[in-house]
Amino acid sequence: MRVAVLQGGRSLERGVSLRSGARVSETLAGLGHQVDELDLSADLVSRLEANRPDVAFIALHGTEGEDGTIQSLLELLGIPYTGPRVAACQRCMDKVLAKYVLRENGLPTPDWVTYSEAAIRDFGAASTFGRAIERVGLPLVAKPASQGSSLGIKVVTEAERLPDALITALSYDSRALLERWVPGRELSVSVLGDRSLPIVEAIPTASHSFDFEARYEIGGADFICPAELPAERAEEVHRVALAAYSALHCSGFARVDVILADEGPQILEVNAVPGLTDTSLLPQAAEAEGIPFDELVERLLELALEAS
Amino acid sequence: MAAQPAPRRPGTRSKDLERYASLFAKRTRVMRSSAMRDMMEITARPEVISLAGGLPDTSTFPPEAFAAEMDRITRTSLAEALQYGPTEGVDLVREQIAQVMAAEGMDVDPREVTVTTGGQQAIDLITKVLIDPGDVLICDAPTYPGAIPTFCSYEADIRQIECDGDGMRIDLLEETIASLAAEGRKPKFIYSIPTFQNPGGVTLSLERRRRLVELAAEHEILVVEDNPYGLLRFEGDPLPTLHSLDGGNYVVYLGTFSKILSAGLRIGWVVSPRPIREKIVLGKGASDLCTSTLTQDFAGHYFRDGNWREYVDDLAGIYRTRRDTMIAAMSEHFPHGASWNKPTGGLFVWATMPDVLNTEDLLAKALLKGVAFVPGTAAYVDGRGASSMRLNFSGVKEDEIIEGIRRIGAVAREQLQLYETMTNTNEMRLPGRPRGEDESGEGSR
Repeated sequence: MRVAVLQGGRSLERGVSLRSGARVSETLAGLGHQVDELDLSADLVSRLEANRPDVAFIALHGTEGEDGTIQSLLELLGIPYTGPRVAACQRCMDKVLAKYVLRENGLPTPDWVTYSEAAIRDFGAASTFGRAIERVGLPLVAKPASQGSSLGIKVVTEAERLPDALITALSYDSRALLERWVPGRELSVSVLGDRSLPIVEAIPTASHSFDFEARYEIGGADFICPAELPAERAEEVHRVALAAYSALHCSGFARVDVILADEGPQILEVNAVPGLTDTSLLPQAAEAEGIPFDELVERLLELALEAS
Repeated sequence: MAAQPAPRRPGTRSKDLERYASLFAKRTRVMRSSAMRDMMEITARPEVISLAGGLPDTSTFPPEAFAAEMDRITRTSLAEALQYGPTEGVDLVREQIAQVMAAEGMDVDPREVTVTTGGQQAIDLITKVLIDPGDVLICDAPTYPGAIPTFCSYEADIRQIECDGDGMRIDLLEETIASLAAEGRKPKFIYSIPTFQNPGGVTLSLERRRRLVELAAEHEILVVEDNPYGLLRFEGDPLPTLHSLDGGNYVVYLGTFSKILSAGLRIGWVVSPRPIREKIVLGKGASDLCTSTLTQDFAGHYFRDGNWREYVDDLAGIYRTRRDTMIAAMSEHFPHGASWNKPTGGLFVWATMPDVLNTEDLLAKALLKGVAFVPGTAAYVDGRGASSMRLNFSGVKEDEIIEGIRRIGAVAREQLQLYETMTNTNEMRLPGRPRGEDESGEGSR
């Protein structure tokens, strides 16, 4: 097959995307496909039209690649593509929208409050910070509403540090959310097609009592797959993750990040185009299921063709 | 019959990663990719103005001079140029290095010179031969960001000494040496860029230079003087190098052609006392046998026969104009409370934003607006520098410098305004009026 691998792009996750793309391209070539690696540039449409790939493999993360922009374009061009459809991408990329959808479907996600830069700048929203903190409690996690990775995330333990954390979050997006910090085990459930893969657990390597940010940093955690969980707990996590995947209308694949708190699993976010690098979680989970990377890539192509 | 190649395996698997992980040396644990590094990938895109690099402008090198050298090599020394060469470097290049150093007032015997593959290899080799894991080394704060991964890969215990407008604070250096001595420890060496420092742009004062070499002799500590930019002076009189003040007893000198001819030739050098030199040559042999003979042939003849002084003076003129452009743009666009120095040479301006701003956050926003810089934290090992940034003016054309600084200024103002709105402090609301430069050459708004 002729496969266009879309990678790079202009988001802050360009680096990760290039690594995902390189691995996918190498694998596709090894499988005998004809690979055309495309970065996002002014000649993207003309190159896609000239090459007419049988399928586009989206290895883009973050803005434009994961938010439906490129997916819409591919639909218009009539080129089948991997991963979730346009609307699902938009729902996942916008963490706030995703949380509303989850809540509406009766799925657990930590309490939150959203702020836009405009509301703070122009409508006096800063005077509601006290109320926001009351609602979500401390510590809380401030994060940009639409970044796929851990960029721009800060944990706030004292009210006075909230402006700093918001400045950070709003450096990555024009909206930020303040989310209740839920203590618990950090799990990640990848979904391929309609089945969930073994659960990956991230165990922070730095164990300082309040060094929450360490767990969001690259190299700040060890990953265990499959996570060691009692059977019924694992089952509950799988069920919640699959329900989140369907509630957001994902297809192809996605990765659901979950905190397993005492009261049960809480969904943090769903990634529509999860990382596919050598150290990414979805490929690890697939492998634990007995699906090596080349089969994973092949399966994603099949799902793309089925969806078109 | 030729053996069948082993079938190509499609991609790596996480099992492979585990297998490889157990093979890695412990020191690779400090060699990590970071989110910040990933983010900087955007600077490779053509629409992004990068003030993050440290590139010389090589676009003005006369093509006919290049062609003439390559033609001469083709006619007269092709076989040698394509061959291995001596580990310590080609004699002609070592002679010319001595000449280049003489232009900065140093008297060096060409035999004292070891040619390296760029200045970076010189830093690597000196660390390799001097540092055991856990050994203390001292450097400037902020220091050259590219030296930090090298020091870390040899597992050095890095202590950074604060710089002010006159370079490294020697009083603090003395305190650090004393407190180390109290623990029964002694730094293996002090690494510094005393002239037009990267990233700070500052120059170590004469008085501090004298005191530094005195201290080195008194405590028998080596000083590694890295001097890539000394000849790129825009104004004022040159100061004596540490090497010339000390006579090469405790000062190990690192030089490079990267900023005065070409970074692509990859030619740097070390001048060091004999026992150290012997180890460096052994280390270099183990590392790459020799620096490219072809580029050494090119550089040796260029420095012997070409108008290198004129070319360096031209570069300094170009960079001076760019520095002025950058400083003027900063005065116009940076927010009130930002400050910066006006370097009298080199490649970089170091700017510090009001301390409520974090330049890593600012960088994220700036990258999305198509401009990059190096956040200050890259120049420290301990998280300092969070409000500072390194800005390069040598490798960027004037119109891009202005546009880049304008964009950085705009995002910084936006962030400050937002912060102020949130904290209800009104003092930062209005843009400041330009102030004149004060006597120390510092600018601010």
